[in-house]
Amino acid sequence: MNSAESFAELPVKPKPAIRRFHQARWDEPIIFELSQPGRRGIAVPEPGAPKVELPDSVRRASKPALPELSQLHVLRHYLRLSQENLGVDLNIDVGQGTCTMKYSPKVNDTFMADIADLHPEQPVESAQGVLEIYHTLERMLAEISGMARVSLQPGSGSAAIYANIAMIRAYHEANGEGHRDQVITTMFSHPSNAACAKTAGYEIITLMPDAEGLPDIEALRAAVGPRTAALMITNPEDTGIFNPRIAEFVELVHSVGGLACYDQANANGILGITRAADAGFDLGHFNLHKTFSTPHACGGPAAGACGVSEKLIPFLPGPVVDFDGSGYVLTTPEKSIGKIRPGLGVTPNIVRAYAWIMSLGAEGLRTVAETAVLNNNYLMHKILQIPGASAPWDKRRVEQVRYSWQELSEETGVHSEEIGVRAADFGVHYWTSHHPYVVPEPFTLEPTESYSKEDLDEYAAILAHVADEARRDPAFVKGAPYNSTVHKIDMTPLDDPKQWAPTWRAYVRKHLS
Amino acid sequence: MTHPYIPNAEPGVRARMLAEIGVDSVEEFYADIPAGLRLARPLDLPAPFTAEQDLVRHMRGLFAKNVEALSFLGHGTYPHYVPAVCDEVNTRSEFLTAYAGEPYEDHGRFQSLFEYVSQMGELLEMDVVNVPTYDGYQAAGTAIRMACRYTGRGKVLVTSAINRDKLSKLRDFLSHDTEIELAPVKDNGEFGDVEIDDSYAAIYLETPNLYGVVETRGRELAELAHAHGALLVVGTDPISLGVLAPPAAYGADIACGDIQSLGMHQSYGGGHAGYIATQDHEPLVAEFPSRLFGIAPTAVEGEYGFGDVYYDRTSFAHREEGKEWVGTAAALWGITAGVYLALMGPEGMRELGETILARTRYAMDALGSIVKHAGAIHFREFAIEVPDAAGLLAGLRERGIFGGVQLDERTVLVCVTERHSIADIDRLAAAIKEIL
Repeated sequence: MNSAESFAELPVKPKPAIRRFHQARWDEPIIFELSQPGRRGIAVPEPGAPKVELPDSVRRASKPALPELSQLHVLRHYLRLSQENLGVDLNIDVGQGTCTMKYSPKVNDTFMADIADLHPEQPVESAQGVLEIYHTLERMLAEISGMARVSLQPGSGSAAIYANIAMIRAYHEANGEGHRDQVITTMFSHPSNAACAKTAGYEIITLMPDAEGLPDIEALRAAVGPRTAALMITNPEDTGIFNPRIAEFVELVHSVGGLACYDQANANGILGITRAADAGFDLGHFNLHKTFSTPHACGGPAAGACGVSEKLIPFLPGPVVDFDGSGYVLTTPEKSIGKIRPGLGVTPNIVRAYAWIMSLGAEGLRTVAETAVLNNNYLMHKILQIPGASAPWDKRRVEQVRYSWQELSEETGVHSEEIGVRAADFGVHYWTSHHPYVVPEPFTLEPTESYSKEDLDEYAAILAHVADEARRDPAFVKGAPYNSTVHKIDMTPLDDPKQWAPTWRAYVRKHLS
Repeated sequence: MTHPYIPNAEPGVRARMLAEIGVDSVEEFYADIPAGLRLARPLDLPAPFTAEQDLVRHMRGLFAKNVEALSFLGHGTYPHYVPAVCDEVNTRSEFLTAYAGEPYEDHGRFQSLFEYVSQMGELLEMDVVNVPTYDGYQAAGTAIRMACRYTGRGKVLVTSAINRDKLSKLRDFLSHDTEIELAPVKDNGEFGDVEIDDSYAAIYLETPNLYGVVETRGRELAELAHAHGALLVVGTDPISLGVLAPPAAYGADIACGDIQSLGMHQSYGGGHAGYIATQDHEPLVAEFPSRLFGIAPTAVEGEYGFGDVYYDRTSFAHREEGKEWVGTAAALWGITAGVYLALMGPEGMRELGETILARTRYAMDALGSIVKHAGAIHFREFAIEVPDAAGLLAGLRERGIFGGVQLDERTVLVCVTERHSIADIDRLAAAIKEIL
């Protein structure tokens, strides 16, 4: 090796401004392709008792064509797939706006072993520790929301929205007002508000944003009436703009006998700042996997918490956990909508959320909110310096911003989705918006309290770099990703019933045989 | 002290960020919140345990108040053995802390879930399986709603050998437009003799049912439903399918259920996830609200890409015009169930099924004459009838045993899995004999 080829030179040159990321690319086959007949991943115990002979009417005729692998090979396959996935712990996860991607403390995961073998129907006197956690978390969330009581039963945010709708329906029916058949929501509230209410049989009225980017209060005035069952609204909405007239919205709905329901899936920017009850809401919900730190788990298990005012307590999903002076007991509210899932809730996440609040306290929660909002405004300050990026409506933002690449896209022909796919080449997530795209060429960023200033600088630099690439070489950006696990995917077969393959057996049947 | 979870709470950084933005204080970001809505006092919360070790001590103190025992509790949440590899995979940061990225940077989640649904498809002999919904209750509710939408009808005949809590969920979920009629249970614990007409959307059968009874007349019920233009929807625990015929084999149109048995801990009800499956029949596929993941080509030969199949069905695409709703549910448990099935393979599932069948029968024989429906085939659970169910369970608790779930004043549901040794079962039988 001559000296020109030698690497033995110190100091090492500085890092480039943009990280040279490459995601794991194991080119891993589908697990069925790794199968060899006769191999096993785990042994199960012998019966130890006489075998039961089944009649033909119930016996499985042929073995299921499951893969056959040794244990190491199952493990290796899934660890490789895990490396081809990007969790919060590994990236600057500010790009999945509305999702409140924050650090889920590792210590809270260690508590999972302590509850692993508890059965939801074991005697209450044998579950006092876990019931105390339920009860205390309920009281803490009641304090944070200002609501009178909270149910921790729903399995997720949307399940909580559905539970709220079910309570709204039960409430009106109990008051002889079952004829109320309309639910009002807003375009920048999560689609599940509209979708859950529709599933429960309601007609949906969606308020569009006005010239200020806020839900149109005149449209609300025109919409409310004797058919109004409820308003289901987010605030701040997905735009990140806090609706200062929210109490008027609530009053308008109350004035016609409707209920006001607050989607607080994401309350991260307003913990200890303002509460649902203060604006007059009758019920609402939190997502414990967003604001309260439980891990998002590739899309659940999650947990939702429904909070209600006094008049809706009788309708809460049952049972709820009460303290009777000597111990924790289960009671079912008088007009309960009933049991809505197995057990009392997603206990692992109830435990994690409890531990998270207990690690922060009141002052800590306020610091969470203020820092999340500071981070958001700092990142917005950085993003708006990128030519071609904008934040429609010149308004203050709380915890997130829905931005637009409209100007960049008109100039380069590169769409927001394509910017996002190219951003993946630098090891970060990026999300556009729910549908429909009211903000053109949207992207939604939400930097929670978990990220450092340096993280935010790096994320903004990545987007600035990609925007610059879009100007210099739009075709290159459109061809991304290059450094991700796989290359550009052709999604068209996924919408064609003749071609789509929602399982391997469908793929084999349609394309390999 | 700067809290370890909040890097920018450090005062110097905070000041520099505020200066760069050009504001004096974070209060300016909250200026749109009217004074009347501002909370004027600190939240009233317990004092925090900021030091991690203090938090751990506090939590361990709470957990010490829980009591474990030799448990024969089932009734929807089951004490199956969880292979170590399942926990190893689902506690990986890469999966545990990810959410909803694109099929590029989150390729692993897409492939793992595709493999989960594909293995479930083999077990169920069905071509379409959803990315998990919340639990078996929701799966049953949605499966019935799918049948109603598909047939354009609003009435369903539901087995009364069903978990009361699941029935509560169904009543709420279907209340406004679907009539639930309960089918009787025969003396042997099986689905009773019924008639339907052309107004029914579906017959909903469970096997094993509430009493652990394996239904033997699935084909007959499929034929009855189909003769009237209705669907047969079958709720079944996939852990039974190494030995029991899958619903598709006797003509079911939709299968559904809970996958907690496939590698999830009981976790006080936290291990649940629901599956829904059909054949690849486009009009029925159109009725799924859940995400369906499919395989797709990439720009590179031989590379597997993934994406959403028929996304246009969903509320993500069309808000209230989509089918029901879709959102965060229980994806990590789907990944875990895929790991479980890959570990077990066809032989493991068969052997496990045989062990559970044999130990269930052994326990029924050991308990003798108090067993209800003794003539039926049982998988994992059976009912016993005693003069005082609560008294029996209290007596067993004194002996360190959770004997089962009380179904009514005289009936207890007993659950036996591969985790119960013969000695465990003998101990239960001896304790019951002593109490009675």
